[in-house]
Amino acid sequence: MTTHHLHTPFSDDMIRRLHAGDIVYFDGTLFGIRDLTQIYMFDQRHEPPVSLQGMPCIHTAPSLRRVGDRWEKICVGTTTSTRMDRFTPDLIARYGVKAIIGKGGLYEKSLEAMREHAAVYLAIVGGSAALETQQIEAVEAVYWEHLHPEALYQFRVKNFGPLTVAMDSHGRHLYREVKSATERRLPEIYRSLGITGGS
Amino acid sequence: MAVFDYQLVEDVAKALYIRALCDLPPDVRRALKAAAKRETNPTAQEVFKAIFKTIEIADTHKTLICQDTGLPIYMLKIGSAFPWNGSEIKKRLKIGAERATREFPFRGSSTHPLTRMNPQTSVGEGLPVLYCDFVEDSSRLDILMVPKGSGSENMSRMRMFYPADGVAALKKFVIDTVFETGANPCPPGIIGVGLGGTADLVMKLAKEAIVRPVGQRHPDPEIARMETELEDAINSMGRGPMGLGGDVTTLAVHIETAYTHITQNPVAINTQCWPARRARAKISPDGKVEYGY
Repeated sequence: MTTHHLHTPFSDDMIRRLHAGDIVYFDGTLFGIRDLTQIYMFDQRHEPPVSLQGMPCIHTAPSLRRVGDRWEKICVGTTTSTRMDRFTPDLIARYGVKAIIGKGGLYEKSLEAMREHAAVYLAIVGGSAALETQQIEAVEAVYWEHLHPEALYQFRVKNFGPLTVAMDSHGRHLYREVKSATERRLPEIYRSLGITGGS
Repeated sequence: MAVFDYQLVEDVAKALYIRALCDLPPDVRRALKAAAKRETNPTAQEVFKAIFKTIEIADTHKTLICQDTGLPIYMLKIGSAFPWNGSEIKKRLKIGAERATREFPFRGSSTHPLTRMNPQTSVGEGLPVLYCDFVEDSSRLDILMVPKGSGSENMSRMRMFYPADGVAALKKFVIDTVFETGANPCPPGIIGVGLGGTADLVMKLAKEAIVRPVGQRHPDPEIARMETELEDAINSMGRGPMGLGGDVTTLAVHIETAYTHITQNPVAINTQCWPARRARAKISPDGKVEYGY
């Protein structure tokens, strides 16, 4: 397990050096996206008004407060990623996103896009919004404001992490590996609990 | 005796929602500390470090632990000598939950089930969820507030097994649920299990199971033994904190029971995430409020 301290934008070389199980912290720009952001982008065909090339995107619906023409953070946390799986290959292939941050992981087509285009899935600790919010230095921009709290957010972050490399660009998928290992133990667990037939 | 002022119930309902969201109960903190101590997986240890930093920041800045402020649940125990007006209390709890949302302020998550309209109040038709129980030899109103987030609530399960399936059905159901839900309920949390009752009662039992303080066992030694047996089994699965691998997959398994029908064997599972939030207040008729967990 290696700990990496990175800065955005991420290059392909940086991403290829990350392996499943490694820990990542980074400084720089972070984009916030959610279900509706990506429905708007992909299903309703709106081009993002800002370049996402080399950038990380986090699955979030932030609580923000509007103060004059600026936005201030109240609480920014992370949501389950699996709902947004179908958008991810395009996010990586078409827009050059290099890291998806969320919880729970994504599926095969996303993993394939990560291998092909050098991208990673970084798992955040769910429920740790207090920590995430503190690591966000500023809300730099909110694009597609009418979609708030599922707009496109540009945050500036400092030492954002710890994030676990859960899907790397070499085809490894940590959640799947852990699940398979558990699956192999299940018969023994059933036996120890006196569970015989299926139900 | 002075007339009881129901404004107090509203203020307490608001305060409890905010307290629950910001201040993790001591038993949950202790359980997380103990879990981190026995964890040997280096990735899992990083997860625990992030968890403790989160709790510390929430303590220092009186801020939300998790952004999912959930749906509000109020569990009432009404003392036999408490001079209460139920409908007034119900009304005040709703206003209190709404005021917490607007005045803190935090994101409201309550939504119309068809139109998906979100009033940004955390309440609405049927909300907050309200449970009432009645206790003897008490003059107090005991309110337990539970903000239930969706990551864990979405992983709830209920099955009406056959009596012939026996207790093995419960055990397999629990193990399979933990296996299938993986990282989604933000482990390691509390796995609440209901056994017996009717279809609705069994789910309520599972909910009561997740609010029991970690470290407390079921008073029936046989049920208590089943709780530790399931805990050990789940913690041998290797799913680990946030499903990323490790020794600790759950802090506790709690089982609550009720008598059921001769032809029924209902089992329900309600999972609770590692921020197992709850806050309690005991209100005396003279207006004295004692806060706890």
